[in-house]
Amino acid sequence: MSKKIKIDPITRIEGHMAVEAVIDNGVVKEAKSAGTLFRGFEIILQGRDPRDANRLTQRICGVCPTAHATASAFCIDEAFGLTDKIPDNAKLIRALILGSNFLQSHILHFYHLAALDYVDAVGVVGDLAPFVPRYEGDYRVSGKENAELVNHYLKALDIRRKCQEMLSIFGGKMPHSVGIVPGGVTERPAEDKITNFLWRLNEIRDFVDNTYIPDVIAVAKAYSDYFEIGKGCKRLLAYGGFDLPTGRLFKAGVISPDLQLEPMASENITEDVKHSWYADSDSGKNPSRGNTKPELKKKGAYSFIKSPRYKGEVCELGPLARMVSNYVQADGQTKELVDSLLGQFNADVNVLYSVLGRHAARALEAKLVADAMVDWLQALKPDEPVIVESQIPETAEGAGLTEAPRGSVGHWMTVKDKKIERYQVITPTAWNASPKDDKGQPGAVEQAIIGTKVKDKDNPFELVRIVRAFDPCLACSVHLLDVKGSELGVFRVV
Amino acid sequence: MVWLQGAGCTGCSVSVLNAVSPRIQNLLLDELVPGQQLNLIFHATVMAGQGEPVIKVLKDTEKNRKGGYILVVEGAIPTAEGGLYGSIGERGGEHVTVQQSVEELGRNALLTISLGTCAAYGGIPAAKPNPTLCKGVKTIFNERGIETLVVNVPGCPVHPEWFTGTISVILFSGVEALDLDGLARPKFIYGQLIHENCPRRADFDKGKFAQVLGDPGCLYKLGCKGHYTYADCPLRQWNNGVSWCVKAGSPCLGCVEPEFPDGTSPIYEKITFEDLR
Repeated sequence: MSKKIKIDPITRIEGHMAVEAVIDNGVVKEAKSAGTLFRGFEIILQGRDPRDANRLTQRICGVCPTAHATASAFCIDEAFGLTDKIPDNAKLIRALILGSNFLQSHILHFYHLAALDYVDAVGVVGDLAPFVPRYEGDYRVSGKENAELVNHYLKALDIRRKCQEMLSIFGGKMPHSVGIVPGGVTERPAEDKITNFLWRLNEIRDFVDNTYIPDVIAVAKAYSDYFEIGKGCKRLLAYGGFDLPTGRLFKAGVISPDLQLEPMASENITEDVKHSWYADSDSGKNPSRGNTKPELKKKGAYSFIKSPRYKGEVCELGPLARMVSNYVQADGQTKELVDSLLGQFNADVNVLYSVLGRHAARALEAKLVADAMVDWLQALKPDEPVIVESQIPETAEGAGLTEAPRGSVGHWMTVKDKKIERYQVITPTAWNASPKDDKGQPGAVEQAIIGTKVKDKDNPFELVRIVRAFDPCLACSVHLLDVKGSELGVFRVV
Repeated sequence: MVWLQGAGCTGCSVSVLNAVSPRIQNLLLDELVPGQQLNLIFHATVMAGQGEPVIKVLKDTEKNRKGGYILVVEGAIPTAEGGLYGSIGERGGEHVTVQQSVEELGRNALLTISLGTCAAYGGIPAAKPNPTLCKGVKTIFNERGIETLVVNVPGCPVHPEWFTGTISVILFSGVEALDLDGLARPKFIYGQLIHENCPRRADFDKGKFAQVLGDPGCLYKLGCKGHYTYADCPLRQWNNGVSWCVKAGSPCLGCVEPEFPDGTSPIYEKITFEDLR
């Protein structure tokens, strides 16, 4: 029998989002993912001083502002003709600021956004808000092991805070740091700051190695069926990120479902808007030419998110995409980390395309970044420059592509009369949580939900676990409609 | 306490997670002051539940705890198109807009804390051309005749201690003990200019100005807005006292002021008092 279920809002994610799906005989047949908040950043940026984009776009997201600061700085650097002149110190400090935020975001995501779907907090702290109300019936870890995980939930609050404090050494403050600017950074790498940073980093590395990764493995052992749930579109995309004097930590690439690598070229990115509340005249455009014109009453539209596609294909972005991209490009450290994890489960790389695979990729990535940061710190040269001077050009174009904790992020800008003429941002969640495109292909989260068996209609753990594993930057609602789209036999699941 | 998020970025929530003493764990689990414990019954980023039961919590609170809860609003309130640019959950198959929730819960709250510049004055979502007609909470309350006290605790984001400090006054001494300025801000936070307490003030007095970012010296010529921004950042500093904007070599953005960001930009250009008039 076909049913409709609504979950609105899905909490423990950043922002406002909705997902709608069709269920038949307990299996999801169709799904719709929708953003339910529009602020119009791209419109607000028009006519402003191009340098201000670097401060203002951080305010798109308080969880990952440094990724926007980085993308925006790259974008402005390119428009101002600075890309080849950025001092090595600035590259390293930008990476250290972004890396610090990767660590805070990944730790926050696993413990404070995702873990309450697996860990029984009520069993330890009692019936206390905000730990109730919640879904019931599938908390599989108990006793001492559960108490330890709840304890780590609390400890992780301190560790993620310390990531922000570490970031502030060069970034000034968090959220919304000030250190990354067009042309470089504002803080010099004095020796005392480097040492201060290093010992904060060492405490966080210890947590990643000895608490975070073991906890992800413990959860994976208790919920091993989630290596089979939430497979998704299996086409992965990474713009690449952490641009260092010696190269990149995350390699760019497009990975096909059979693990074939294709080089990434941003001109192949387009954004469809057939199912988004924007004017159709802007559908199918590359973001460097794109516009954002809201059209709230548009028929067939169900989201404020556009549908970014690569060569017309749906892609998944994020830690899974980055780790697989590095893996197939034979990055030594990535291969070692991934193979060691897979060895513990006697599994191959295909299990990573799953709810647990995404959590595991995120945890391993935290280690990859944290360990690399030690090298970046040691490469800093206290007496050398951190910034180059610049002038605002009369007319210019720029693009800034990098990696945010939840996936690739891109900024595109044109400058006219020294002001921003056009600014476009594509966030990773736009890719992952996108609605159907003009061809009718569901987005990445939608595809991961489709085909899922929902065991208990009153507590559809499967759906929220899938959605949260993508670490979306929005609040969610999941509707399950009957297979023909009518609302027969409607009942509430939440 | 009910914590609603409107047109914002979750940055104020993340900032409050950075609180040091009390820590966020204390805010969630312990008596914050002897005999007084906060009960955070709704916060979309941290709460375990989802969907209709949590939306029901909102309605139950408003109905059953009249005058017995604090409403915290983070983010601005989009008002264009009947508020459709922002919604939180559904009731009876209809989107519940942010504006609707803030009005309903605001009407029956003991007081409302507008946390962050967006909730206080509109902030970046309300910047020109304000595509979604975003407004601050106090403006909405004035328009709708809602008489609940609004305390503005602006900042982009808010400093965690501005939040815990305001709560402390309420729990220790009561709402009436909050000493607010003309913009409804607690004076103990927003009573002095950044410029008054700035460690680079001596450079300003000596006429020693930084010419490019990263230079030592006063940042006035690089666009610092500290001479008309009221906040205690130089004294309190950020992130457990590690740093703050000016210490890191960046001009103050004036992010706590009602004019932010339109009246405080271009960010890296000097703005004189004449420009402000």
